[in-house]
Amino acid sequence: MAHPRHGSMLSFGGGPNDTATAEKPPFQNAPVPTASQSSPGLRVPSNRKTIYDRHLNRSRNAELSRASFAFLFSEMVTYAQRRVTGIQDLERRLNEQGYPLGLRLLDLLFYRTIAGSSSSSSSASALSTSSSTTSSPPNRPLRILPLLHLIHGPLWRLLFNRPADALEHSVSPDTPNEYMITDNDPMVNTYISVPREMSMLNCAAFVAGIIEGVCDGCGFEAKVSAHNQPSEMWPGRTVFLLRFGESVMEREKVLEKAGVK
Amino acid sequence: MSYYFTILSPTDAPLFNIAFGTSKSGGDGIARFRFPDTAQYMNQFIIHSSLDIVEEAQWMNGNMYLKHIDTYPPAQAYISAFLTPSGARFLLLHQPPQLPSSTSSSGGNTGSSSLLGSSFSASALGGGSSGRASSSSIAANPTAPQTEEAVRQFMNEVYENYVKTVMSPFYRVGLEIKSPVFRARVTAAGRKWL
Repeated sequence: MAHPRHGSMLSFGGGPNDTATAEKPPFQNAPVPTASQSSPGLRVPSNRKTIYDRHLNRSRNAELSRASFAFLFSEMVTYAQRRVTGIQDLERRLNEQGYPLGLRLLDLLFYRTIAGSSSSSSSASALSTSSSTTSSPPNRPLRILPLLHLIHGPLWRLLFNRPADALEHSVSPDTPNEYMITDNDPMVNTYISVPREMSMLNCAAFVAGIIEGVCDGCGFEAKVSAHNQPSEMWPGRTVFLLRFGESVMEREKVLEKAGVK
Repeated sequence: MSYYFTILSPTDAPLFNIAFGTSKSGGDGIARFRFPDTAQYMNQFIIHSSLDIVEEAQWMNGNMYLKHIDTYPPAQAYISAFLTPSGARFLLLHQPPQLPSSTSSSGGNTGSSSLLGSSFSASALGGGSSGRASSSSIAANPTAPQTEEAVRQFMNEVYENYVKTVMSPFYRVGLEIKSPVFRARVTAAGRKWL
């Protein structure tokens, strides 16, 4: 830590010389960082634009280069792999990397649906599964099924530009809390070659983490894992298994009685 | 009208709070609550006590803006709530200005508010409040549709800025929002809508 006396201010993770951070740069010059002195210590980029000046819909239709994503993702996998003891541990780490992303995407997804429902026609279909009219803001999912539709449709479209391939409920009566979302060809695994001795590994655990973040953010405590289920036509088919917690199932029963949809 | 706005994390940790007054109808944007200066914690107390109601309403109604959900009659404080999909709660306490007792027709509440610092509010609001009390203004009618609409607009604008905060890679969900830019944005939204 370069400036130990400002240790608390650096907890955002930005280095003291990181000029790319538009928001909340550390207070370098203030000898005693108190609240009243906060604005003189604020450093803004040279064009005077903070993240609050950028429109959230600006990158709505922009697409990320697949090559750069593949590069970054392979680095993430390598980074995680160097620090683990087994496949499960590796998948847990990937899951943890995806989780905060899910929490954020949730807010962004809803914001874009509010802001875009009046202007752009392409967004009209974005949340059609959870909102009946495009003019009213979308509803927060209260029951499991709307939540799953949100993940299966709008979230997948936001991430991969297409809906997921299947949504299933566990047929076993012992596990009514299990749901499955299938992706025939997960984009994240496109450039990942899994060695034979690690055939259990599925790097879509990262996406499972995103799903888990979305579920948790909505108040549905869940454990999500990614499993290989190759078929003849889709060798990379991945099933995301969602296991909702006890409390969610209890609430589901109460809400069902109350007639909440 | 005086306002107290708080953002609470899903685990009830306060992330942000700000007190401000109305800027409409000649208001100067300074909060004048009816509590004495030494009792500003009353705002926090009232807001947090409405959390139980928020948590009940949260699962009955899928809207993000839950409208006016709670009232604290002794202080004539009204509370409106907004829930983000990720579980953060935006709570706005609003308290209409105290009318001079001669012009006030709703006697029930004015009497009790004198318990909470009459000297402060009477001196501060003596002149200007009569102008703000017209029936169409937001301040006079905390539960009127216009007020609900204004609060909704305010909440949506704050939500936009909140999303920007959350999208920052240096922000983790549950951290206090310290950005002075965010504070300025919320203040501006308050001036615009409330």
